[in-house]
Amino acid sequence: MSDAAGLCIRGLRVVFDGFVAVDGVDLDVAPGDIRFLIGPNGAGKTTLVDAVTGLVKASGSARFGEQELLGRDVHRIARLGVGRTFQTAALFEELTVLQNLDIAAGAGRSPWTMLRRRGAVPDDVAYALETIGLTERRDVLAGTLAHGQKQWLEIGMLLVQNARLLLLDEPVAGMSHEEREATGELLGRVAGDRTVVVIEHDMDFLRRFADTVTVLHAGKVLSEGTVAQVQADPKVQEVYLGHATDQDEPVSQGAEA
Amino acid sequence: MSALTNPRARAWLGFALGAVVLFAAAPALLTDFRLSLLAKYLCFAIVAVGIGLAWGRGGLLTLGQGVFFGLGGYAMAMHLKLADAGEGNMPDFMELYGQLDELPSWWAPFANPVFALAATVLLPMLVAFGLGSLVFRRRVRGAYFAILSQALAAAMVILLIGQQGTTGGTNGLTDIEGFFGYDLDDPVNQRMVYFIIAGVLLALLALTRQLMNSRYGELLVAVRDSENRVRFLGYNPANVKLVAYVVAAGMAGLAGALFVPAVGIISPALIGIVPSIEFVIGVAVGGRAALLGPVLGAVAVAWAKTALSERFPGTWTYLQGAMFVLVVAFLPGGLASLWGMVKRRREAAPPAPESTERVLVKEVAA
Amino acid sequence: MTVILGQLFTGVSIGAVLLLIALGLALTFGQMNVINMAHGEFIMAGAYTTYVLQQTITDAGLSLLVALPIAFAVAGAMGVLLEWALIRRLYTRPLDTLLVTWGVSLMLQQLARDVFGAPNVQTKAPDILTESTSLGADLSIANSRLFILGLVVLAVAALTAALKFTPLGRRIRAVVQNRDLAAVSGIPTARVDRLTFFIGSGLAGVAGVALTLLGPIGPTMGTNIIIDAFLVVVVGGIGQLKGSVIVAFVLGMLQAMVEYLTTLSVAKVIVFIAIVAFLQWRPQGLFTLRTRSLA
Ligand SMILES: Nc1ncnc2c1ncn2[C@@H]1O[C@H](COP(=O)(O)OP(=O)(O)OP(=O)(O)O)[C@@H](O)[C@H]1O
Ligand SMILES: [Mg+2]
Repeated sequence: MSDAAGLCIRGLRVVFDGFVAVDGVDLDVAPGDIRFLIGPNGAGKTTLVDAVTGLVKASGSARFGEQELLGRDVHRIARLGVGRTFQTAALFEELTVLQNLDIAAGAGRSPWTMLRRRGAVPDDVAYALETIGLTERRDVLAGTLAHGQKQWLEIGMLLVQNARLLLLDEPVAGMSHEEREATGELLGRVAGDRTVVVIEHDMDFLRRFADTVTVLHAGKVLSEGTVAQVQADPKVQEVYLGHATDQDEPVSQGAEA
Repeated sequence: MSALTNPRARAWLGFALGAVVLFAAAPALLTDFRLSLLAKYLCFAIVAVGIGLAWGRGGLLTLGQGVFFGLGGYAMAMHLKLADAGEGNMPDFMELYGQLDELPSWWAPFANPVFALAATVLLPMLVAFGLGSLVFRRRVRGAYFAILSQALAAAMVILLIGQQGTTGGTNGLTDIEGFFGYDLDDPVNQRMVYFIIAGVLLALLALTRQLMNSRYGELLVAVRDSENRVRFLGYNPANVKLVAYVVAAGMAGLAGALFVPAVGIISPALIGIVPSIEFVIGVAVGGRAALLGPVLGAVAVAWAKTALSERFPGTWTYLQGAMFVLVVAFLPGGLASLWGMVKRRREAAPPAPESTERVLVKEVAA
Repeated sequence: MTVILGQLFTGVSIGAVLLLIALGLALTFGQMNVINMAHGEFIMAGAYTTYVLQQTITDAGLSLLVALPIAFAVAGAMGVLLEWALIRRLYTRPLDTLLVTWGVSLMLQQLARDVFGAPNVQTKAPDILTESTSLGADLSIANSRLFILGLVVLAVAALTAALKFTPLGRRIRAVVQNRDLAAVSGIPTARVDRLTFFIGSGLAGVAGVALTLLGPIGPTMGTNIIIDAFLVVVVGGIGQLKGSVIVAFVLGMLQAMVEYLTTLSVAKVIVFIAIVAFLQWRPQGLFTLRTRSLA
């Protein structure tokens, strides 16, 4: 089920009580691309992902492959192969790592399977545990994991969920340098022929792992292209210049709460 | 010792122990009167098992289980009243009020025992399905659900009282004499009713244990803790909650149905707001997320109520209120969590200070 | 036609009392996410306050007027005590708060039984309030209901003004809209919470005074009306008081009209179904504050 599909957004607009958080965004992510989405705080990055995954109401269009996503329920969008992580890790803290993954893997299970106990660890779950390096810790409660491990578990959940479009909201925020490296490699392995959109403030991370970059500012697309193209774009420099003298480091706020 | 560590063996052992207590020890040790009281408590325990599933595991605070208890109870009582009256006659209270010339049409099908028995379980499940699917699908918040379930209990009681001619009003349906041909005045038959109730309780415990340990049970906890996250994984949480709510309603209905032959009455006072919330307190005291906690809590609270409320009604009310306050505020895992704490201390676990929340978790994970 | 008008007015005055009760609930639920089941006993406290005052101040009119502020203070103090002793420990567990406060309500009811006896008691209304005012042909309205309506209009106006124009009101609104932001902006949220509790509970006390004009006073008088008041909050939505205002009157009139067309018992069921149906359309209630949360 890994035939890649692309994400195609047209005229996306999200309004909160009169405040326009996303203002007519067009965005194309090619199948198999790793696209980074950057922009200052409040640019509307998370809101864009919220709209694509059905969490907030939006107008316009967002197609994944052949399928229109807008207007569908959150769980239906997820079943189309769209998976996401959250800015602050959202796990089932009171369940074990294994249970978290098993639930993520199971949306397509029959009622009969649901009503029975889990026998052996399913293959895809075992594989995901291996991939995210948590095999040893599979029986601990997710709530007791370290911050980095939580983010990896979230990525593992996307893996077993068999999502073909991954939307990651600041996956390395708050991580140590080593954890970032590990996360980056994990992303590389997970990406495969999936289509990936990463929201990130960390520029080193971006340079190492991005295929292409879109810059969002005040709800609009400011610039788009390869890392080099975007960094050379005077509009981008202008937006960031207020507080970044080092042009190589356009976004310096780094991680946020 | 391996029997004590293997969960499956332990469960069998537990059930065997429960069966011995309920089927051998209790009937041997208790007088007929006390045994019939126990039968009543076990009916409450059946309701509690369902609440434990829906509330403890699913986070659905249902303050209106009395509605389902009542539906089951009234369905059963209607059949028994009709059977007592005999073919073609109206139940005694209808004759007494003398407002009706013939049996109301909605009473008629309950003359059929199969219909009535099925209705005791299916009717509550149907109502729960209706309310649950409307409320859960539209993501009405949990607190609103609690209030709505309580309002339903209030409305049902007012409806029953208002339709005195066909429902017996405040008195309810009383003086039930026979139970499918057996005379309920005969202590032997009362014992039989007790055994049926005990058997149903054990069977439902087994069913609930299976549900809690199944993948569905894990998913239910996931929905309780983070409904939206579950949604992003491709599940519809409404359906997950609906199953727990409907199962709990079915259990309450069955309990109500069994309550009628055990006690001989069903009335609005047994199913309104206050009894509905009293079902919840037993569960809270015993331990909402544990399997056995609700059962033991329900029996203990009901027993304490009988023991105290007749002689010291005021004291009992204070005690009941205090139980709500102390248990829910300071020991949300109920008495079952004390047991868990003791066990862990004995296992000399690392002395990390654990919040009560965590205790709930441990049970869920176990 | 006049019967219907009379019925509608009855609905309006029931709605007015419901509103007074629901305002307090909406304030505390909106701000602290707390479902306070003991709110009904604050109503009872207000009613018994009136009763006690009438034992000393025999003039019915005077005692009623004195009762209003005192009942507000008594019920408000009870609310603050409850908040301080229990509720503030439970802010993260709203459903548990509901059960804990139910326990408190049981104890308060018993306390009332022990102090005032289980049977209902009655206060004497001032003469002017036992009469009726005739409006046109054969429509007349009990003065007590007019008085209640006026009282509620006054209370709502005062509350709205306080929320809009006083510094305290601004703080309350800030905390309702974004607690964390309010806290980091230097607003003492804990103190604001307690004050909100005082006002909300105090309003319940005033509602208790009003209820003495409509019927007897008893230990369980709060239990039934509190559910209707909660339904007002559910349907009205939280975070904005106007939802409660509209819904209280609509529900009051709906109840009265359906009751007139059918019977009381059927009316309860029909209103319940109407509420569930309404929530299909507006699951968060009529008005709601949009917040960004995963929960
Ligand atoms: N539910 C909401 N109601 C009102 N305003 C909202 C809501 N959600 C987001 N906003 C506003 O929309 C704007 C965009 O927010 P968004 O979280 O998408 O930004 P972001 O680019 O993800 O920023 P960050 O880098 O800080 O995560 C912000 O001004 C935010 O305050
Ligand atoms: Mg963001």
